[in-house]
Amino acid sequence: MSIELNGVTYETDEDGYLVNVDQWNKDVAVVLAKDEGVEMSDNHWEVVDFLREYYEEYKIAPMIRILTKAIGKKLGKEKGNTKYLYELYPGGPAKQACKIAGLPKPTGCV
Amino acid sequence: MAKLNFEVEELTGEIKIPAINPGATAHVKPNPSKDEHNTALGFPGGLVENWEAKAVEKMGELLGKYKSLRVFMDSCVRCGSCTDKCHYFIGTGDPNNMPVARQELMRKVYRRNFNPGGKLLGALAGAEDMSQSVMDQWNSYFHQCSQCRRCSVYCPYGIDTAEVSMAAREIMNSVGIGQKYCNEILGKVTTVGNNLGLQKAALANTLEFLEEDVEEETGHAVKFPLDVKGADVLLIAPSADFFSSPHIEGLTGYAKVFHEAGVSWTISSYASEFANFGMFIGSFDTMQTVAKRIRDAAIELGVKRIIVGECGHAWRVAYSFWHTLIGPWDFLDPKYQTPTHIAEFTLDLIQRGGLKLDKSANDERVVTFHDSCNVARASRMGDMPGGQFEIPRAVIRAVCNNFVEMDENTIREFTYCCGGGGGLLTDELMEIRVKGVSPRAQALHEVMERKGVNTMAAICAICKAQFTKVLPEYGFDMEVVASLHQLVSDAIILGGKPGV
Repeated sequence: MSIELNGVTYETDEDGYLVNVDQWNKDVAVVLAKDEGVEMSDNHWEVVDFLREYYEEYKIAPMIRILTKAIGKKLGKEKGNTKYLYELYPGGPAKQACKIAGLPKPTGCV
Repeated sequence: MAKLNFEVEELTGEIKIPAINPGATAHVKPNPSKDEHNTALGFPGGLVENWEAKAVEKMGELLGKYKSLRVFMDSCVRCGSCTDKCHYFIGTGDPNNMPVARQELMRKVYRRNFNPGGKLLGALAGAEDMSQSVMDQWNSYFHQCSQCRRCSVYCPYGIDTAEVSMAAREIMNSVGIGQKYCNEILGKVTTVGNNLGLQKAALANTLEFLEEDVEEETGHAVKFPLDVKGADVLLIAPSADFFSSPHIEGLTGYAKVFHEAGVSWTISSYASEFANFGMFIGSFDTMQTVAKRIRDAAIELGVKRIIVGECGHAWRVAYSFWHTLIGPWDFLDPKYQTPTHIAEFTLDLIQRGGLKLDKSANDERVVTFHDSCNVARASRMGDMPGGQFEIPRAVIRAVCNNFVEMDENTIREFTYCCGGGGGLLTDELMEIRVKGVSPRAQALHEVMERKGVNTMAAICAICKAQFTKVLPEYGFDMEVVASLHQLVSDAIILGGKPGV
């Protein structure tokens, strides 16, 4: 499977995750989000940006509480919780937000 | 998540036996593993030549190695006791999800090749050659079995469909037909040390975060130690405890218990996984390779004992198989039993007065307990029969004022699987996962309506991940799902006791 965008081919796996995390950019993120039924707002981007920063350093998505705390710091305490993340990404921050951020799908009992 | 393209059963609180719907979930199949996932585990990369004969040859090998498998193949009298006992049958109506029919997918090939009547009479004796269409059925329906063993409780001969499905998956892997979810994960645990692929720096960062977080919240410096040589206790937790909710809240509970007990403990970055999917794919060798990291870490760190976290199938592996896989335990302190479940440790501490608890901290909860299949039916806990049922309940009663049971046909040894066990906790199997949770969802709904339950505690990482994902499809709030040690965590008064 793949996505064609502006003359570039982005290879994806069976579940639609980008195969090459370095190929990611905001344009392809919008396409990935649309596929998930998510319209990207500034707050959506905050989550994606944090996921990519964390991945850059640790080669994995952050634990959910690290993510909620970081979002709480950026967007206000009332938004630093799992509920808010699920409002942004109904398919779950770990899976849906990771997908849009171009990160590999988390594996295991998650 | 994309919208579901199938209907979700309405909640009535009643578990109904469905009308038969042949082929209803024949289309549900796992993603195939990549060649490199298979070869990393010692399986052929792709489909081998002459695979039909090789699959039969492997079946012959397993029949010789596991006498139980031969007994299971021979002893079914088709009494029908099992037919309506599988959550996947109840959820789908697909007759191939009746345990007897699932077994029959293997039994017909067994008859053709290993039974005189079947060899002679073929189809007349219900025998069938291995073929592409048989293999397609295997790949579908042996991946619609969560190896939960509920059917075996009702079988008068004790035929264990879990073991049949493990054998089927072992045969499939041996000819190069692997399941991506399990095989990819097994590749990670045997190289990085956990199913998530969480490397040491990330694990350290996560644990440091938790230390700060708990201190911020409670004012107590509860530690989450990593790779501490000479610690008394090695904690082996499922890696989901380092990643998801409500798993992390459970891990926080273990840490608080150790803190109050005053024991020195550590997590290992080398063996940062309790789960062992080697069991799901029926591979003794893989199961041993995964388990051996735990033995090696315990020796390397010089611990006295091993305590394990909340993970259902891994408790089966540990309780039932560790001694064979990675024993003897001559390097541990013989004073302690190996393995010890965290629930046993916590209950013992509570009974000896080693924890100061404020049950009212959980007063907004009305709690019920979901018995995880592998704990309930494939292991025990403590030193009495039924300890695996009583110990977690005793912990809940010690930390909560409001505890009620779900329908008696859905708990203890009769418990229904969460629908995501046995290596099925993957998105492409979502239809079977959502449908398979229906009996548990109905039983939960019933106690929510009738007794005001708002919390279902579990002691399995798969159950917790599956429930938080699929119960919302029925209209439940995902926060209804809790870790057992999350309830403990909320009730502990830190600094209340000197420890014992």
